[in-house]
Amino acid sequence: MVCEMETDQIEEMDVEVLSSMWPEDVGTEADKQFNVEKPAGDLDTLKEVTIETRTIADMTRLPNLLNSTHQGSSQLTNLVKQWEYMQDNAVRLLKEELKNLDRQREEAEAKELKIIEEYKFESNEPENVPVLDETSDLFRRFRQKKRDALVDSKKIEIYEEFDTVAYWKQKALSLEKMLEASTERERRLMEKLSESLKTMESQSAPVQELTQNLKRAEGFLHFILQNAPIVMGHQDKDLRYLFIYNKYPSLREQDILGKTDVEIFHGGGVKESEDFKREVLEKGKASKREITFTTDLFGSKTFLIYVEPVYNKAGEKIGINYMGMEVTDQVVKREKMAKLREDNAVRKAMESELNKTIHITEETMRAKQMLATMSHEIRSPLSGVVGMAEILSTTKLDKEQRQLLNVMISSGDLVLQLINDILDLSKVESGVMRLEATKFRPREVVKHVLQTAAASLKKSLTLEGNIADDVPIEVVGDVLRIRQILTNLISNAIKFTHEGNVGIKLQVISEPSFVRDNALNADTEEHEQNGLTETSVWICCDVWDTGIGIPENALPCLFKKYMQASADHARKYGGTGLGLAICKQLVELMGGQLTVTSRVSEGSTFTFILPYKVGRSDDYSDDQDEFSDMADQQSEPDDTAEGYFQFKPLLGSIYSNGGPGISNDFLPHKVMLTSPIKLINGFVADPSNNTGQSEMLQLENGGYMDESKLETSSGHCPESAHQYENGNGRCFSKESESCSSSQASSEGGTLEMESELTVSSHREEEKAETEVKETSKPKILLVEDNKINIMVAKSMMKQLGHTMDIANNGVEAITAINSSSYDLVLMDVCMPVLDGLKATRLIRSYEETGNWNAAIEAGVDISTSENEQVCMRPTNRLPIIAMTANTLAESSEECYANGMDSFISKPVTLQKLRECLQQYLH
Amino acid sequence: MDTLIAQLQRQFRDYTISLYHQGFLDDQFTELKKLQDECSPDFVAEVVTLFFEDCEKLISNMARALDQTGNVDFKLVGSSVHQLKGSSSSVGAKRVKGLCITLKECCDTQNYEGCVRCLQQVDIEYKTLKAKLQDLFNLEQQIVQAGGRIPQVDI
Repeated sequence: MVCEMETDQIEEMDVEVLSSMWPEDVGTEADKQFNVEKPAGDLDTLKEVTIETRTIADMTRLPNLLNSTHQGSSQLTNLVKQWEYMQDNAVRLLKEELKNLDRQREEAEAKELKIIEEYKFESNEPENVPVLDETSDLFRRFRQKKRDALVDSKKIEIYEEFDTVAYWKQKALSLEKMLEASTERERRLMEKLSESLKTMESQSAPVQELTQNLKRAEGFLHFILQNAPIVMGHQDKDLRYLFIYNKYPSLREQDILGKTDVEIFHGGGVKESEDFKREVLEKGKASKREITFTTDLFGSKTFLIYVEPVYNKAGEKIGINYMGMEVTDQVVKREKMAKLREDNAVRKAMESELNKTIHITEETMRAKQMLATMSHEIRSPLSGVVGMAEILSTTKLDKEQRQLLNVMISSGDLVLQLINDILDLSKVESGVMRLEATKFRPREVVKHVLQTAAASLKKSLTLEGNIADDVPIEVVGDVLRIRQILTNLISNAIKFTHEGNVGIKLQVISEPSFVRDNALNADTEEHEQNGLTETSVWICCDVWDTGIGIPENALPCLFKKYMQASADHARKYGGTGLGLAICKQLVELMGGQLTVTSRVSEGSTFTFILPYKVGRSDDYSDDQDEFSDMADQQSEPDDTAEGYFQFKPLLGSIYSNGGPGISNDFLPHKVMLTSPIKLINGFVADPSNNTGQSEMLQLENGGYMDESKLETSSGHCPESAHQYENGNGRCFSKESESCSSSQASSEGGTLEMESELTVSSHREEEKAETEVKETSKPKILLVEDNKINIMVAKSMMKQLGHTMDIANNGVEAITAINSSSYDLVLMDVCMPVLDGLKATRLIRSYEETGNWNAAIEAGVDISTSENEQVCMRPTNRLPIIAMTANTLAESSEECYANGMDSFISKPVTLQKLRECLQQYLH
Repeated sequence: MDTLIAQLQRQFRDYTISLYHQGFLDDQFTELKKLQDECSPDFVAEVVTLFFEDCEKLISNMARALDQTGNVDFKLVGSSVHQLKGSSSSVGAKRVKGLCITLKECCDTQNYEGCVRCLQQVDIEYKTLKAKLQDLFNLEQQIVQAGGRIPQVDI
């Protein structure tokens, strides 16, 4: 039944052959020969098959059991009844026969009696009649009468032949004959009787047949049971086996009978089954249970066990009947199904979860994209505003106007910074941030950053730069990004520090453990390969301050976007909360780590460690040599090995217009003069502080030194005072005047003072620019198809003091480049005839190959006569700046991929143009 | 006389501000104005004139292209609108620029109805702007003629 149900359930699955419950290859040889699991032939041949009984039973106790159990006894009673019934039937038949015979005999005897009577009458014997008795008299009379009547009827016959002998003879003969016949009949009856008796004997045959039938039925039963995958058994009250069917083959009779499960088997499930049986025995209710056995004997098998209590005639429990069916496969399948269903559910749940996540991610991406686009859209006009303000600041303004303008510029810068932050962040997050590997000097960078910070410093803070001696002069890395990080951290430090020091400390450290762990192998290989030319160095950079510090509980969320240590801080100090997030992301992008340690009201230290590639150490020593005899060197060597810079607060710091020299983000037009003893571009510093601080770093006007752009114009090496002579004396008195005025004034005063300064420095700048122009006027080519854009750009260029040539499309650009040499190309991306990207590719191809073959192939008409001219030209890389309406990551990627150096987003503003020219025109 | 100049100046300032506030112009126009100096006193007017000529030409181009019912060269329209977008962005014609962006989108999706509708709007918008700027330049001229200085307008 169970088996059937199971097969129904697994119908869709492959119906497999049910294997034998017990393994085939166990059991003793002796057991085996009786083990006729599957007799050959079909059921019809059952009679011929000798079915050995596999039953092991205690023969002495079985009858007892049978007698004492209900089933046994009732079965036996049935048999007996049936047998009795058959016997009765036979007996009844025989009795009837006997009755018949008896009757026949009685008849015969009656006849005989009659004959004898008749004979008596013939002999005429006197009858003894009691005389005295009246009744007898009466009886006699009656008899008389009767006899009379009888005699009377025969009297005549007798009378007739009475006299003759012949008659008597005849009479005797006939009597004799009758006797004979009678005897004969008797004999025949006797014969019949004996025959009857014989048949009686043969009546025992049905019993035998019955026995045979019984045997056959039993055989059939055995056959069925033998093939059935079940174990059956009977156990007594103590759960000792009295009987078992289909036992495990290797167990012998004596191993099982009289023993309990626990005694026979060992392992899991045995105890359970034993308990279950006992429970059934106690409760007296048949029940089923699935039990998994794990025994040494047959491993792990699951059995469906049915146990029922057995009662004797008196209604007392005497044991249990036990039936077990192996359902291991079914259980396994069922479990598999359950597992599958569970897996399915889990997968579905995960899928929906995933969908949700995807949805959220998409939403986030869209939001980010939106933010980036929006930021960009805001940035373009804003930079216009700021740029215009800057241009405005170069014109003649009264004090009030200038003050307003400065506020406008600084707030504009702030917003620009914020938008740049957002764009940077989305760039890093979307993975399109490209890192560049350029050689740079860490000392210069630190100095420059501090210098810039000092320029916008409005507090009495000392800025310090400290670079360990073992830091290489030159390393390779993405200097722009590193500068960005430093600037960010420094401006943070300054923001949260009211007095004391802020500084940067650089030192070489051994490879940090977080890298060593996961990149040990790769790195060593690299070292081996590049050992001669290039090695990696890890530089640890601390940006420390003596500021308000950060409470410990705020540290974890410090690097999260839009998070600041507390809302109070955000209100008090402003800021977007993006700076640190960007720093962290950038540092991680470059394979480093940014950490922070801080104590409240003692200060914070932000530390980032980054790997850099280093050139050969030869370079270093070369630089050293160069440095050693620097007497009449340019200003550069000063930076190369200088390990310590300090920017002390000069009471009433002087702001000056530094001109276009600084390419940094923050208020690039301002530079603070802080070096105590130096004259910079003729500005005099506090002469009282004139102790020889040769270690001190001096601030030059607007970082010209770094850019080394206008060396020729002023050539101000701070070490040699004679260079200040360069016609700056005229400012002397004015500057000292403003110094003193600013000393006495607050911030507002500083603004006022600036106007004068600006005028002078502006004049100076113009002068410098004319000088530059005279020496080498840069040639700029604008490739743009939109007349209005051309007009605007041209006008801006004019403002910046440049003129430029115009090409209306890529082909014209190529022709122009072919015929004349340019220092910079501003290239629109989207143009008719030949777009900016393709044109750039062709120009780059020309630079590489020295011919315009690629362009000619592309269908650009280049006159051959000019080719010769071309070949003479130096094949320096021509800076090509893209002008694009869309600065989103992909577009800029495309620009870079096509060989462009940078890009300006449209609409072009004065500020953008100026930055670009600063970067690419030397 | 001074009162007239002051009046004109105030009028000019208000009018300029209204143009910004109503979204006709954006900061790029301010940028243009900064580029105007002694060397090129009519710079803005020149650029703007060029722009309106450009507008006229491009719009008629697009109108012609969109007139070819059933056989509209959306690529042609697209390149024209790209040009117009660049120009309007450069002069700070904010509304025209915004419409150009929408028109470009319609064009990219080949939405004929949208294109036609947008183009009509662009036409209206640029003409309005032209009229307004004309007014503004007239005011400027009046100020100059009255001997006044064109005031700086902070937006």
